[in-house]
Amino acid sequence: MELKEEQTQNGSAPGAEVPPLRQIVVESETVPIRVGDYAGPPDPEYGREPWQLNAGLDSDPIWVEERMRTEALSIAYGGKVAVSAVDLEVNSGEVLALIGPSGCGKTTLLRSLNRLVELTPAARRTGRIILDNQDVDTFDVTRLRSRVGMLFQQPNPFPMSIFDNVAYGLRERGSKKPRRKQLEPIVVDALERAGLWDEVSSNLNHPALALSGGQQQRLCIARSLAVSPEVLLLDEPCSALDPISTGIIEETIVELRNEVAIVIVTHNLQQAARIADRVAFMYLGDMVEYGPAGQVFGAPREARTQEYVGGGFG
Amino acid sequence: MSIDVRTAAPGPRPNPERPAPGAPVKLPGTGGQQQTGWSIGDRIGLAAAWFCGISLCVAAVAIVGFMAWKGVQYLHLEMLTSSPEASLDQSTSGGFLDPLVGTLILTLIGVGIAIPVGVGIAVWLTEYGRPAGLARLVESGVEIVAGTPSIVLAIFGLLVFQQSFMGVFSFTAEGGAVFGRSFLTAGSMMALIALPLVIGATREALHSIPRHVREASYALGKDKASTIRRVLLPSARSGIATGATLGMGRICGDTAIVVVLLGASMQTTPEEGFGGLLRGTGSTLTSYVYNNSPSGEGNAPEKAYAAAFVLLMIVLLLNFAVGLIGKRNKPQWN
Ligand SMILES: Nc1ncnc2c1ncn2[C@@H]1O[C@H](COP(=O)(O)OP(=O)(O)OP(=O)(O)O)[C@@H](O)[C@H]1O
Ligand SMILES: [Mg+2]
Repeated sequence: MELKEEQTQNGSAPGAEVPPLRQIVVESETVPIRVGDYAGPPDPEYGREPWQLNAGLDSDPIWVEERMRTEALSIAYGGKVAVSAVDLEVNSGEVLALIGPSGCGKTTLLRSLNRLVELTPAARRTGRIILDNQDVDTFDVTRLRSRVGMLFQQPNPFPMSIFDNVAYGLRERGSKKPRRKQLEPIVVDALERAGLWDEVSSNLNHPALALSGGQQQRLCIARSLAVSPEVLLLDEPCSALDPISTGIIEETIVELRNEVAIVIVTHNLQQAARIADRVAFMYLGDMVEYGPAGQVFGAPREARTQEYVGGGFG
Repeated sequence: MSIDVRTAAPGPRPNPERPAPGAPVKLPGTGGQQQTGWSIGDRIGLAAAWFCGISLCVAAVAIVGFMAWKGVQYLHLEMLTSSPEASLDQSTSGGFLDPLVGTLILTLIGVGIAIPVGVGIAVWLTEYGRPAGLARLVESGVEIVAGTPSIVLAIFGLLVFQQSFMGVFSFTAEGGAVFGRSFLTAGSMMALIALPLVIGATREALHSIPRHVREASYALGKDKASTIRRVLLPSARSGIATGATLGMGRICGDTAIVVVLLGASMQTTPEEGFGGLLRGTGSTLTSYVYNNSPSGEGNAPEKAYAAAFVLLMIVLLLNFAVGLIGKRNKPQWN
């Protein structure tokens, strides 16, 4: 723990006792991204303490570490394979974009990460999903889902006040009902991080469904953040929004990646290029290419990627 | 290149020059769409539809107008505040306070039972519905109850509530015979009238909640029970209210169950002991109208008109409320 704090104080300079680091230089960016290898036992506090955050977005390197990993993950709907043998790493400090043509299994892959795919009776999964060195199957599913948040295509606030929406995930956790006073700081913090606080601070008791679409989507981000997830899954979060709201949400996502590992499914390649650090290209259930954004967009290794990405930018 | 006979089968082909009859056509210079080629049959059909619509309006206006005319003529304010008296002279036979209160009590008992039971059934059917065979059975049960004439429900209710172990719900005579008639027994049968309406409206409301809203709750680490309690039921609130209000309208207007299961006295007559009012007998506006109409024993059509007018106003108000509830408070996701 001391080591980690020292890290934070020293900023970018790695100390002598720091565990060995792999250095990856991404062609597209001027900043090297360092990947920390953590091989110790799972520590419940581990994910909560940002033990190295970058100060400024583009000035300092970002501490990147693995949060989730899939191993030979396959999902089939009643015999029809939607995702086949995907190995994927989800790192904190990064935005991972899943791209690919419609029906290639992006949503299915995303929904398997918080085991939401289990709600579909026909879905069968093989392979492993690891969250902080623990198989997600060993988690209590409600516990897992509060650690791996999700945002949907359509903004879907609940029909209650703005405050109650954000506090929704916090309530009924323990035996005692937390009071509004206790919840307030968490709610305010979540709204601030979602970039919505300034707009709603004076009307927290107003119905959430009266907000605009973009505000609703940011409220949904705040609602997810309130339960302090380690991973945030976003399934085409901007496809129902106007360009201005989309821009605000993109900014929010880029800011959030320092605290939460972000996986975003998007059909908008420009959007992926704007916000993603790492890109996974899927095609017919296969993970065709997985690499730093600059490489996937700039110098794709696979012909299919080239074709898809080229079409998007050409 | 050979042509596949099956796909190139001869048949009527769309002719780009001539539009299909009745199709909207954009004519240059007319600024809008014009109908072409209305056949005589279509014209007659349209006229018939118009006629039917207008006739319905006439019927509705006639009912309300006639009842209002009679009602205003015969209704006095003291009728609403005085109890009915057994008298052949209409000037001394009192008002219909008791029937008015009776309608209120019966309605409250009916929806009081129908709302929790109906919402429970609707939630089970839409959110669980497993095993599927049982769900189909429950659905058929709801349809049977909905389709049963209320006089049949009433007779059935009498049969049930006259069993000796049902004695607590009504009055038990010296010899041990159970009377079977009371606000409670009539109210429980009224609940069966309202139940299908509550179930239907609640199911519809639950169905209209998008799947991703449920999933958003699961994705926050909530289980099914708290999702139902904290997201689905609040979202369905206006649907539940709509169903309950429709049910109240039906209960207010039902006569058969009241005549069979609420006793013949026009006054509210509570029993002794705990919950005496509920175990007692009485009347409602419908049974009051029936009894005072020429087909009943009172033969006091003026009282019948006045009470019928009040009843009509109550039911119309309830219908109006349904429209209001349906429009407001219904959460809208895109
Ligand atoms: N509930 C389901 N039952 C059966 N098949 C499904 C189900 N959901 C998805 N599929 C199938 O799985 C495949 C992958 O679907 P998925 O929704 O993951 O694609 P996607 O990449 O998210 O597509 P899009 O970009 O259009 O959202 C598709 O072929 C789809 O038909
Ligand atoms: Mg999808």
